[in-house]
Formats: sequence, C-alpha cells, structure tokens
Amino acid sequence: MAHIELDHVSVTAPGGGADDDVEILHDVSVRLTEHRVALIGGNGSGKSTLARLVNGLVSPSAGRVVVDDLDVASDGAAVRRRVGFVFTNPAAQLVMPTCAEDIALSLRKLVPDKDARRARAVAVLDEFGLGHLADTTVHALSGGQQQLLALAGVLAIEPSIVVADEPTTLLDLRNSAIVAERLFALEQQLVLVTHDLELAARCDRALVVEDGRVAFDGPAAEAVAHYRASVSTP
Amino acid sequence: MRRTFPLGVFHPGTSLLHRIPAGPKLGLLFAYGVVALVLRGPWTALGTLAFSLLLAAWARIPPRTLLRGLRPIVLIAVFIGAFQVWQRGWPAAVEVVATIVALVVAATVFTATTPIDEMLDAITRGLRPFRRLGVNPDKVALAFSLMLRAIPDVLALAHETRDAARARGLERNPRALLVPMALRTVAHAQATGDALTARGIGDD
Repeated sequence: MAHIELDHVSVTAPGGGADDDVEILHDVSVRLTEHRVALIGGNGSGKSTLARLVNGLVSPSAGRVVVDDLDVASDGAAVRRRVGFVFTNPAAQLVMPTCAEDIALSLRKLVPDKDARRARAVAVLDEFGLGHLADTTVHALSGGQQQLLALAGVLAIEPSIVVADEPTTLLDLRNSAIVAERLFALEQQLVLVTHDLELAARCDRALVVEDGRVAFDGPAAEAVAHYRASVSTP
Repeated sequence: MRRTFPLGVFHPGTSLLHRIPAGPKLGLLFAYGVVALVLRGPWTALGTLAFSLLLAAWARIPPRTLLRGLRPIVLIAVFIGAFQVWQRGWPAAVEVVATIVALVVAATVFTATTPIDEMLDAITRGLRPFRRLGVNPDKVALAFSLMLRAIPDVLALAHETRDAARARGLERNPRALLVPMALRTVAHAQATGDALTARGIGDD
C-alpha cells in the first residue's frame, strides 16, 4: 500500500492586511499507510488544504510532504502521476468538451496513438457505465454522471492513491451512493475528505481536523464519535 | 440549469466535413476567413454568410441549436451594426455584420465537425517547427481547447449571474452583473488551473 507522510507541515495564506498571514494548517505530522483514511471536520477547518498538500495543489509554508518516498516539493510531477485527485465540483474538473475527449486528455502521455487512446477512453467510460455517452458534451450530464466521469478520468492513469475532496457533497442520495461505492471498491489507497460521517466511519482510520490542527487521529468509529461530541458541546 | 451551446462542441457525423483531417480543415478555415475579410461589399458578405449556413446544414448542425448558440453573437452584431449604420450607412453595416456572423458560423462548423483530440494533434503538429523558438506546441494546443471549453462555461456563468441579480431585483444594476461575473470567471479559471495541475497536465 502507498504511504503519505506529513512532517511538521504548516500552511499559511495572505490575510487581509499587509502583515497578517492566516495560518490554515499548524505543525501537522502524520503518516498515512491505511487503505482508507477519512479527513473530517468543520468548514474552514483545514481538511481540504491537508488533502491538497498530497499532490502539490497547495505548498507547505513549513515542513515536508512525502508520498511513496517522493518529496512533493521537488518531485511534484512524479507525485501527481501517483496521486489522483477528485474535486467536490466535477464540472471544474472536466476540462474537455465531450466525455471521451476528457478521458483522452488524461491518457495523452500514457497512450500516444490517437486511435488507441480513443479506444482506451471509451473502454474506461464503459467500465463506469458511461460508454454510451462518449461523444456527449459534459454539460449535458447529470451531477452524478459528471462526478463518475471525473473519477473515471482520475483512474484512467492508474494512480496508486486517490484523494477525494468531498466528492458526494453536491450529489443527490442515489448518485452519492453510486460514487461512494465506486470509491470504496478501489484497490488504491483512498484519502476521503467528507462531511458524511457514515462514509467516514467506513474508513480504516480518520483524522478530525479543527482550526488547522489534527484534533483526533485514530480508528474511524472513534474519530467520528469524537467529532460528534465536539460539535454537540457548546 | 446548464444550457447547451454549439460553439466548441463536437457533433459526431459522417459528412465529408467530418472526414476532412483537422489540419487541412483548420487551414481551409483560415483561408476562408482571409477571403471573407478581403472581399468587399454587402452582397458579397451576404453571399459569404449564405455559404457558411450551407456548410452548417451540410454538417447537419440542427438549425435550432445553431441559432441558440449564435444568440450572444447576434446581440453583439446588432450593437456593431447599429454603430456602423450611424457612422457609415446601411451597406457598410450589412457587410460588417454579415461577415462577423459568417465567420462565427464557419468556426462553429469547424468545431462541430472536429473532435478536440484531433484538433489538439493538428495544432501540435503545425506548431512543431516553432519549438526551436521556445514555443511549446502541446501547451498552445491545450490552451486552444481550454478556450473552446470555456465558452459555454463562461456563458453559463453569465446566465447564472443574471439570474442571481434578477432574484434580488438588481437586473438593471451593471455592478450587480459585472462584478460577480468577473469574480466568478476568475474563480472558474483558478478551478480549471487546479484541475489541470491535479491531472499532471503541464508538468512536462
């Protein structure tokens, strides 16, 4: 199984004034080796920032992020080949006009031949039950189909880690269940940022992130119980 | 709800226009644009527009889809036409407006009959000689396709912004339209950049 290591990582962002930087994550050190890891916490707690560190979408202002012995800061391209990222809003992730073209974009480096690339893209879509929509514009898809397409685009490059940032938040109950089942069926390591505590409880480990710090780290059921208790405490 | 726009969207088909390789087709579009701009007179411009519409019919782009996609361009064309009538008279207005719409229709036919993947390959091939001058053909090709993909997105953002302003009774307030529109467009561009980075595109 792949592993992710954060070593005394802090992330700051410019604040409103000239000198007042805002600290989003403070001195986080964790080593994630489990198959499924959930990140839970309130809005603005820093959990999405923590997830984005894993493939270099966010750079630490202090500390080090290592994925499979590769430093994200110096080996960013190699890390991104290993780490697939699923965004909350699939529409932002789909950058080509049609479904097949979007999957083909992911495959451009892996499959240089155009016809072979198209065939592989359609095969990937078939695996996700989207084969009949290969030439359909991504705008015409439902939210659930868009999220499945985004996930298909991520998995097309066969990453060893999938990071999903609230992938079911914008979906209805049915599509949420479909996407969740796809994610939990993955053989790859899964880092799941979620507000869905039932999903979080199904993971092997969960981190509760509060005010830029890891407030609890342990078995998912215990982490969910800790989070519920912290939310219900006035 | 999202609206669909033909510009930038591939419509699968088997017409000759679909079968012409992307590179020569792009060259023909460029030549057609030059000819349309060089030829003068309102009747010639109307003839060019008629020819572009014939191409659209040949590519089997549904007229309703084409008209829906042209609606924003028509609004701009009306504005330009009114200005031309005021400054240079009717013949010049007809010439300018007909030429603009003709070229937009021709570009729509090109994108509707050419898969993005083929377009990327054609642009990459065409720009390969410029690699020595520091041009990265892959990045330029990707920029082209992102631009095409952004057209319906930005138009959808404009509709959503207008609806939001209307819901608050601010549909006649330019600030309530332009400021959120600009902010949402920048946010969309940043989200697209994040998506490309996350997919490792641009790493090489």
